[in-house]
Amino acid sequence: MSEFILQILNGLDKGSAYALIALGLTLIFGTLGVVNFAHGALFMIGAFCSVTLSRILNASYVTIDPTQKDFLGNPLKVKSSYMESWFGPEVGGAITDWSVPLAILFSIPIMIVVGIAMERGLIKHFYKRPHADQILVTFGLAIILQELVRGFYGANPIQTPAPEALSSVAQLGGSLGLEIVYPAWRMVYFFFSLAVIGGVFAFLRFTTFGMVVRAGMADRETVGLMGINIDRRFTVMFAIAAVVAGWAGVMYAPINAPNYHMGMDFLVLSFVVVVVGGMGSLPGAVAAGFLLGILESFASWERFKIFDGLDQIIIYLVAIIILLTRPRGLMGKKGVMED
Amino acid sequence: MLGLEKKDFNLLMVVVALSLFAPLILNIFPKESAFAFFNGGYPDLMQRFAIFGIFAIGFNILFGLTGYLSFGHAAFLGVGSYAAVWMFKLLGYNVLPGLILSVVVAGLLSVVIGFVSLRRSGIYFSILTLAFAQMMYSIAYSDLFGRWLGITLTNGETGLQVYNNDPQILMGPDSSTVPHIFGLEMSSRLTLPVGPWEFVFPVGYYFCAIFLVISFYLSIRIFRSPFGLMLRAVKSNNQRMTYTGLNPRPYTLAAFIISGMYAGLAGGLLASMDPLAGAERMYWTESGAVVIMTVLGGVGTLIGPVLGAGTIKYMENIISKMNEKLLHEWFSFLPESLEKAMVWSASWFTGEGWHMTQGVVFMLVIIFLPGGLVQGSNKLFGRRKRKSTDDAATKQPAE
Repeated sequence: MSEFILQILNGLDKGSAYALIALGLTLIFGTLGVVNFAHGALFMIGAFCSVTLSRILNASYVTIDPTQKDFLGNPLKVKSSYMESWFGPEVGGAITDWSVPLAILFSIPIMIVVGIAMERGLIKHFYKRPHADQILVTFGLAIILQELVRGFYGANPIQTPAPEALSSVAQLGGSLGLEIVYPAWRMVYFFFSLAVIGGVFAFLRFTTFGMVVRAGMADRETVGLMGINIDRRFTVMFAIAAVVAGWAGVMYAPINAPNYHMGMDFLVLSFVVVVVGGMGSLPGAVAAGFLLGILESFASWERFKIFDGLDQIIIYLVAIIILLTRPRGLMGKKGVMED
Repeated sequence: MLGLEKKDFNLLMVVVALSLFAPLILNIFPKESAFAFFNGGYPDLMQRFAIFGIFAIGFNILFGLTGYLSFGHAAFLGVGSYAAVWMFKLLGYNVLPGLILSVVVAGLLSVVIGFVSLRRSGIYFSILTLAFAQMMYSIAYSDLFGRWLGITLTNGETGLQVYNNDPQILMGPDSSTVPHIFGLEMSSRLTLPVGPWEFVFPVGYYFCAIFLVISFYLSIRIFRSPFGLMLRAVKSNNQRMTYTGLNPRPYTLAAFIISGMYAGLAGGLLASMDPLAGAERMYWTESGAVVIMTVLGGVGTLIGPVLGAGTIKYMENIISKMNEKLLHEWFSFLPESLEKAMVWSASWFTGEGWHMTQGVVFMLVIIFLPGGLVQGSNKLFGRRKRKSTDDAATKQPAE
């Protein structure tokens, strides 16, 4: 039993990442009608926001302490971080320790700027072009963004630790008589993604802005005829989708050390998730994200193993089967991308 | 001639001439001159021109004619390579059985993938082919079927290669131990020094070039055939085609299989030049690369894919060879601070930054020149006017 629950939990963190990226992809697709192959790059930029902030916060200067000598007899060089010297060792230490959660705030302006620049600067001109052109131009953009990151940060993965308080393992299910040991940060990631997904849904459901956006998704022309500037709202939605993808990356950094091609790796799977969930359906994207994440984790379970390596192809297999039996995906709407 | 109109025959002759004289054209700079760096006439690169030309021609038959954008064509290339290397392992180093098997295997695989994927169109088709290709990549990378059957099929991460203890049942005692065609080794070459120039005529390249010319000829025939017309009908208006009582699916499936076989042939040739096959050939960005080549050259044009493949491969080889030392040499005439700035900014796009150049070129082409190089040259040489009157005549459907 506890093993069973552990498999579900194992699937949740990857599933959360899939769900967050797929949510953003679906938002962009539903509002702007654009297939964005550069969305994985936004995820990667988010992860590198974490890296950058933790580097900034860990910046230190070297002073020479003449009173102490090292083992060669030279004056000892003492490294001290700016944070600790400005805020005192305790507060400063806490700030550097919590750099990843702080990067959530740090990433917001960056992702908004990147998102708006992308939409206004490039994607705007591709609304009326065929989908093939949209795919290709965003694919080119993804390559460029990826190379920029590689140029600045190098090709090796960069370890970015979670705060010490959250990097331990959590003992779960004690009251149910189950022994489940699970990394705490992954639980944090799961609840964080739930909160973000809930936030996006609430924003669309309960605010006037969200109402207009939903109306625009349903019938863009009529909303425009009512004198509402729907384009500007869609740009805002693009920025929101960028922030969501960025946050998914920020919080993913401690789970998997960020490298420059992580965006491309996640992108393919996220597209599969979107298609399985049903193009244009937000709940479908989220549900499919978690579902496929959990499925992947079960396929790698020893006891469940039908044959070796099933976990690496299960998502694709399931996607192919679903697309053939339910062409619109799990929760796809009629009339979306059916030409 | 050869069942072609005069215009197409001339185009074919251009391709024949280009591939025949490529070792001369690409070695235009004398060996010791400062520009020798830009010479592309070494065997490895020329072989790639021909092989990826074939790959792109095949891709263009699918994407250019039917408009179905496959993002998984690298799978066929990879499978073709594996098939060819297996033939080397089992039979011997003659490339002929390997090439035949690679085309057959890629064809069979494309029947399966095409049959399933072509049930959807548009973006769904792209993602289905992408999913299939990634699945094939995972299978090859972890040698899934091999482990399943208890043998080595793809040899996983290491890649498949020929070992000394392989059966190679057709190998005689004095057969050559590198890929050959009836004794003529692929790696052998004829070097011809002419004054300061040095021209290399490699056997492997000419072997590939023969296939390139045949592929090009076949693609012209397909473009001009009633079958090609049907494929264009799929692209321009699928629905209307259905209403006239035609079923578009057999046509698109046939196009998919043909382009899969082209890719398999390209994969087999890659393995024939260098008897290795690895899973990285099947990664999805490789599928993206062939899309880039085709689009850069000009989608739906005859010569475009060959030009695109040549341009991309040339840029890849030359640009990734440029290192910082070379850049310093080139910019040494500038004042030092300016030189440093130039080298710094150029190093983003050269050497390892080649992918950056690729992305930039690709985006510029899609944004400003959706018709690719062919359209660009038409504009440049003022053929636009005639072209546009042509288009006006053909693009007016009877409403």
